[in-house]
Amino acid sequence: MNPITNPESTTNWYLFLSCLLFSIGVMGVLFRKNALIILMCIELMLNAVNLLLVSFSAYSGNTDGQTFVFFIMVVAAAEVAVGLALMVSIYRNIGSIDIQSLNKLKW
Amino acid sequence: MNTLIYTSVLGFGLMVLEVLKLRKWISPAIILGLSLIFGINIHDWNQPGSYMGNMLEISNFTVAFNALAIFITLLIAMLASEYYSDEEHHISDYMAIMTFVLCGAQMMLGYANLVLFFIGIETLSISLYALSGSKRFDAKSNEAGFKYFLMGSFASGFLLFGIALMYGATQSFDLNKLAEYAMGTSVSPLFLTGLLLVLFALFFKVSAAPFHFWAPDVYEGAPSIITAFMSTLVKVVGFAAFYKFLHVFGYLIPVKFDWLITLVAILSLVTGNLSALAQENFKRLMAYSGISHAGYLLIGLVGAAAFPSSAILYYGLGYSLSTIGAFAIAMAVFKSTGSESISAFNGLGKKNPVLAACLTATMLGLAGIPPFAGFFGKFYIFSEAIQNGHFYLVLVGILSSMIGIYYYMKVVIAMYAKPANETKIEISLTNQLVMWLCLVLVLLIGIMPSLVTGLF
Repeated sequence: MNPITNPESTTNWYLFLSCLLFSIGVMGVLFRKNALIILMCIELMLNAVNLLLVSFSAYSGNTDGQTFVFFIMVVAAAEVAVGLALMVSIYRNIGSIDIQSLNKLKW
Repeated sequence: MNTLIYTSVLGFGLMVLEVLKLRKWISPAIILGLSLIFGINIHDWNQPGSYMGNMLEISNFTVAFNALAIFITLLIAMLASEYYSDEEHHISDYMAIMTFVLCGAQMMLGYANLVLFFIGIETLSISLYALSGSKRFDAKSNEAGFKYFLMGSFASGFLLFGIALMYGATQSFDLNKLAEYAMGTSVSPLFLTGLLLVLFALFFKVSAAPFHFWAPDVYEGAPSIITAFMSTLVKVVGFAAFYKFLHVFGYLIPVKFDWLITLVAILSLVTGNLSALAQENFKRLMAYSGISHAGYLLIGLVGAAAFPSSAILYYGLGYSLSTIGAFAIAMAVFKSTGSESISAFNGLGKKNPVLAACLTATMLGLAGIPPFAGFFGKFYIFSEAIQNGHFYLVLVGILSSMIGIYYYMKVVIAMYAKPANETKIEISLTNQLVMWLCLVLVLLIGIMPSLVTGLF
């Protein structure tokens, strides 16, 4: 069977791809210092999940997963709106968005 | 169902009031509105049903926890009308966002579908990110909001990945279908991995160790009223949602993941109580106390299939009332002294004996000393755990609650044994009202636990 049209094998590839994207996102959140880049990495994690849901959905012919993707997009947009607003007010107060400058609260 | 709709309408209504320049009606409107919604919610008692294509499910469990969540929001709204009295031009935003937190909480309590579960968690969290960072010119509040935001959305990423994997295994988000699948003979590793990731996200939301690192920082930096809101509502609702999630899968989670929940419970008890010993800041102390209370509640979730939900309701009610009572007093003290450390309470016993006595009562309630609700809550959870055969867990629980008494007493010692400073403590009428309401209820359900535990 043609590997492009065979749903089984393509779903596996999409699964690997979304796991890879998700891991890149996780690594970025853990190791980057710039708050903006971290925000982008969180978006990458969410979009990896979107890809996963869509590929599962296409594989099984069940549309629930694709519908859920729209909800995730809305939630991600709301999250970014709040996150950027917080970032702007941090920048106004301390003049930097490096997360290492966020050190007022600690034990 | 109606409760959720009316709560969202109330939230929008509050913003409309601001647009119509009826600012002074906002506080009365939210208090009146929440009282009405409380009544509407009670009306659903013994009328189970499922709505919106089996997205939302109303049962007595949902109604009881909804009532608790609405009541907590009502108390907090009363305190907030006082707390924000010098920030009039923003009051509609704060009140409306608090109402939206309640909407998210109701979705988390009534979900019958993982989609609604996710949306509920996000509605609750995103509103709280904004509220924790709401003191715009205070670098601490900004930092708290941003830390909460970063770690919260990181955890939501894992939650979503878990839900997606469970969807991949079952082709459904519906809890009934997932439960059917979990009862089946072969459960794929895809499903179990998904379940594990969702559990991690839930541990994060209820701030159980080792997923607790955000809690002390966020609780310290956020405005006090939001700290009180987060430490009560989010914890109680998080545990109710957690309980429901575990309950759906029957014996699959006890067999596969009981070790994990046990481990997290022990870690939360130990880390929460030991770290609280060293704290000087009152809000940070309450954060670590919250982590240890998460540990006690997690004892109740080990083997959740055999555990009565009324124990969690009772514990949550006792914990929330004591915490809100303590914060009602603490906020007055913080405002008068301008400091949030435990030393702000120095000599309160001489300056204002009534307040000091009340704060002592709430601290004893949190420490779990009879006749307050905290004692019977712990007693109930421990006795159920012993019946299920978790002796070692109960042992850890009892040992750590003994440590707990010490750090709650630190506040009491500061009030009675330390020399007083000059600052006069003024407490507003609203705060006093909330304080007395909390105290009377904590005593009432402490003396007559069957009022709550007999519900279902």
